[in-house]
Order: sequence, then C-alpha cells, then structure tokens
Amino acid sequence: MSALELPASPPADAATPVPRQRDKGTRWVSAATVAALLFSWWAVTHLGWIDPLFLPGPGAVLAKGWELLNQGYMDVSLWRHLGASLGRIGIGLVAAVLTAIPLGLAMGRQRIVRGIFDPLIEFYRPVPPLAYLPLIVIWCGIGELSKVLLIYLAIFAPIAIATASGVRTVDPARIRAAQCLGASRAQLLRHVILPSALPDILTGLRIGLGVGWSTLVAAELIAATEGLGFMVQSAAQFLVTDVVILGILLIAIIAFALELGLRALQRRLVPWHGQSH
Amino acid sequence: MATLELHRVSAHYPGAAQPVLHDLSLQLGPGQLLVALGPSGSGKTSLLNLIAGFVAPSAGRLTLDGQAVHGPGADRGVVFQDDVLLPWQNVLANVAFGLQLAGVSRRQREAKARELLALVNLTGFEQRKVWELSGGQRQRVGLARALAADPRVLLMDEPFGALDAFTREQMQVLLLNVWRRTGKPVFLITHDIEEAVFLATDLVLLAPHPGRIVERLALDFGRRHSAGEPARAIKSDPAFIATREHVLAQVFAQQPQLEATP
Repeated sequence: MSALELPASPPADAATPVPRQRDKGTRWVSAATVAALLFSWWAVTHLGWIDPLFLPGPGAVLAKGWELLNQGYMDVSLWRHLGASLGRIGIGLVAAVLTAIPLGLAMGRQRIVRGIFDPLIEFYRPVPPLAYLPLIVIWCGIGELSKVLLIYLAIFAPIAIATASGVRTVDPARIRAAQCLGASRAQLLRHVILPSALPDILTGLRIGLGVGWSTLVAAELIAATEGLGFMVQSAAQFLVTDVVILGILLIAIIAFALELGLRALQRRLVPWHGQSH
Repeated sequence: MATLELHRVSAHYPGAAQPVLHDLSLQLGPGQLLVALGPSGSGKTSLLNLIAGFVAPSAGRLTLDGQAVHGPGADRGVVFQDDVLLPWQNVLANVAFGLQLAGVSRRQREAKARELLALVNLTGFEQRKVWELSGGQRQRVGLARALAADPRVLLMDEPFGALDAFTREQMQVLLLNVWRRTGKPVFLITHDIEEAVFLATDLVLLAPHPGRIVERLALDFGRRHSAGEPARAIKSDPAFIATREHVLAQVFAQQPQLEATP
C-alpha cells in the first residue's frame, strides 16, 4: 500500500508550479486588456471621434482630478467628498461588526436566539436597501443617521448570517477535544469556536463591505450634500462629464482596494483556510 | 496512580430500542494498557465516549478513583482518530493548549510542552504550522497535547487507524515508550488485531448487538517490548502468532458473514 503511494507523490508536487504559471499568464492577459482599453479611450478622444462633452480624454480627466484635489468641486474639496463617503461606511462597518458577530455567535450556539433572529434577518436581507431608504428617511430624516443606518443594515445581515453558519459548522470533534482538555463554555467560545468561524466571518465581511459600498454610493446619489455619489450626481446635472468619470473611477478604485485589503487580511488572519486541514 | 472502573454499564442511543453496550464491567489501573478490540458495531467508540464523558450511561456506574464520572474533563486525556489540532496555533501552542485553559503561565506551559514534544520525538517542530505536518506527526502532537494536561488516564480512539502501515508500526513502538515512561493507564480501542495483541497488557474482545465483552486476555508482548525486545522479533514469535490467530478466530466467530469474503 505504501509502496504504491510513494511514487504517486512526486508528480503531485511537481504539478503545483503549473497552475502558478497559468496564473501569471492570466495576469498578463488581464493587464493587456486594461492597457488596450485605456489606449482606445485615449485614441478615440485624441482623434476627436467623440465629443468631449460625452467622453473627455484620459488626460483631461487626470487634469480635472488634480484640480479637484487642489480646489475642489463647487467649493467642496475632493478630500471632503471622499472623507464623507469613507466615514459613513467606516461607522456603519464598525457598528455592524460589533453587533453582528456577537449576534451570529449566539445564533450559531443557541437554538432560541436563532429562532428569533433568523426570520427577521432573512426577511429584510433580500430587499434592496434602496427600497427601504425612503422609509428610513421618513423615520430618521435626511441627515447622516439615515445613511449610516442604511449601510449598517446592508452590512449587518451578511456578517450575522456568515458568523452563525461558521459557528454551526465547527468540527464537533474539535469541540470535544477542547472539552477533554478542560475547556469551560466561555473558553470554548473564545479559543475554539470563534477562531474556527473566523474564515466565514471574514467572508461575510467581504460580502457585506461590497454591498455596503454600492448601497452607500447609491444612497448619496439620492439624498446627500457631500460624498462621492453626490459629486457624481451633481456633476451630471451640469454635464461636467470629466468629474462624472473621475467620480466613477474613484468609486471603483476604492471598492477594489477594500476587496484587496480584506483578502490580505484573510491571508494574514486565517492562513490555514483552504489548507488540507 | 489512578484506577478507572466501569461497573455493569449499559448505554443506549437516544430513541433506539437495543442498547449499544450491555452490562459491561471493566477495570483499568496503574501499569495497564487496556485494548478494546471488536468489529464495527460492537460499541468500541461508544465505550470510549462513555469513559470520556461525552455520553452518560443508561445504567451502571463509572468511576475514576472512586469518584463518579460526569461529563468530559481534563482528568481523562483523549487522543482522537483524526488529530483535532487547532490550525491557528503552532505545534508548541497546540501542545500547551490544555495548560493554557488551566491558566498556567506562558513560560511554565511552554517548558512543559517542550518536554512532551521531546517525549514524542518532535523536538525542533515547536514553531511548525499544524498543516505542514504529516499524519503521524500530527498524531504525535495530539498525544503530547493529551499528556500535557497531565490526565490520570489516557484514552485513545483508534489513534493510528488513519496512518499507513510503516507509520503505524513506528507509532505503536512510540506509544509503548511513552506508556512505560509516563506510567499512565492507557485505554485504547482499535480494529487492528495485530496492533491489539502487540500493545495490550489486557485485551478485551467486544461482540456486537448489543456491545458486550466476550473474552478477556492478559498479554505481555507490549511489556516484552518495553523490556528491550525488538518489535519485529516479538511479532514473529510463535506465541504472538498463536495469540493473534486465536483472537482472529474469536473476532470471526462473532461476525460469521466476514468469513465468506476472502
């Protein structure tokens, strides 16, 4: 049996570099695609095929970006718009993490808690946040509170659900082993269940942040006086296309950075995730 | 030194009419390595779960040093079939985990963990990640972790069942060394007949439906190995082979349908 297993292992090891090379190849294709897109953007605007009112060139957008950084758009600096958006999602995120993770842990461990909150969360989660934004505005006014509340609700559900399912799928043998080593209920939660559920919690966080960011920008399009969504919306009303494009690019870049940041966090916090054990 | 006693113990699965274990009595004391051997369905794992405290007996008494056993606890260390190490901790922290739970200071518990890693021949592996270890190394970490909490008895649930034949033999020898050096009573369950005969000082044969003891044997092959005789010499000794064949016949007698399959 062992004699059969031995020759089988080297090819398995040798096989690992191949996907990596393929990965590298994929990356080159992706980079080339982006470069081609940027080039055609530059080409069609430089050759004057498209009216700058509809599509300003990359150079013009960059120049506008520099101007916005220094002078701001309509007397409000770009930093302030950025800060407003990031501040809202930051507060919503912190509040959601602080409440959703404990609730998710309780839902995963206690059948009664799960019975109470599961239908509530499952009821509001599939509703697009913008659909209940009007109700939040009626209840909480048009100020910061309603926007933060909206993002909070959008982030809360995925984190709570992911935490609860992570807790429920903890290997029972792992819990038994800790009990045999003398773990109390609190120690089980702190030393075994919470770390075991961490990969799922981080996945919930990634999903939540994605939903939260798109909800925020959409909310700012409707009801705000500052923020990236507001900047894009008000620039569109005056046909300032370069600011619109710049705003969209910034929104995309921030979403991308959030995703990359969370992936890095995942690699750092749960390096064992996806390993054979 | 500790004594574990099972007095006329029975166990039921919730809702099942027939008991998993019926009227079973056992004693495990200092210097003993008790092996429970039986086909699947004979209640081996249920027996271990009873002793570990994961399930309560439906009848009978279960005591450790005269005190009734209630629920799992650090006085009974368990080594599981699949190592259930914590992947977010390195090897040293895994071994020290029981002491950490007991509130032992970092310096003390790490010193103790190093001592136990040396006992299972894993010195130098302290900082390794758990997922970088082979199956046999993981089981050795599991053994060191169970011993670190200084349990009064050591329970082992088919600990070498998932290992390949070479590693299994090495682990059996390692277990005998650890058992001799720590002096702890060991309760081991297995379905590997050769392993059972080689390791046991006391062998109990279980039969299924309901799980019960059909034969008890006092053996000395493990002690002979501890006294210096090489494992291969013992396993090719006619006395060993005769005992193995006797046990094999007993197990087959309990499961006649197995004889038909080659």
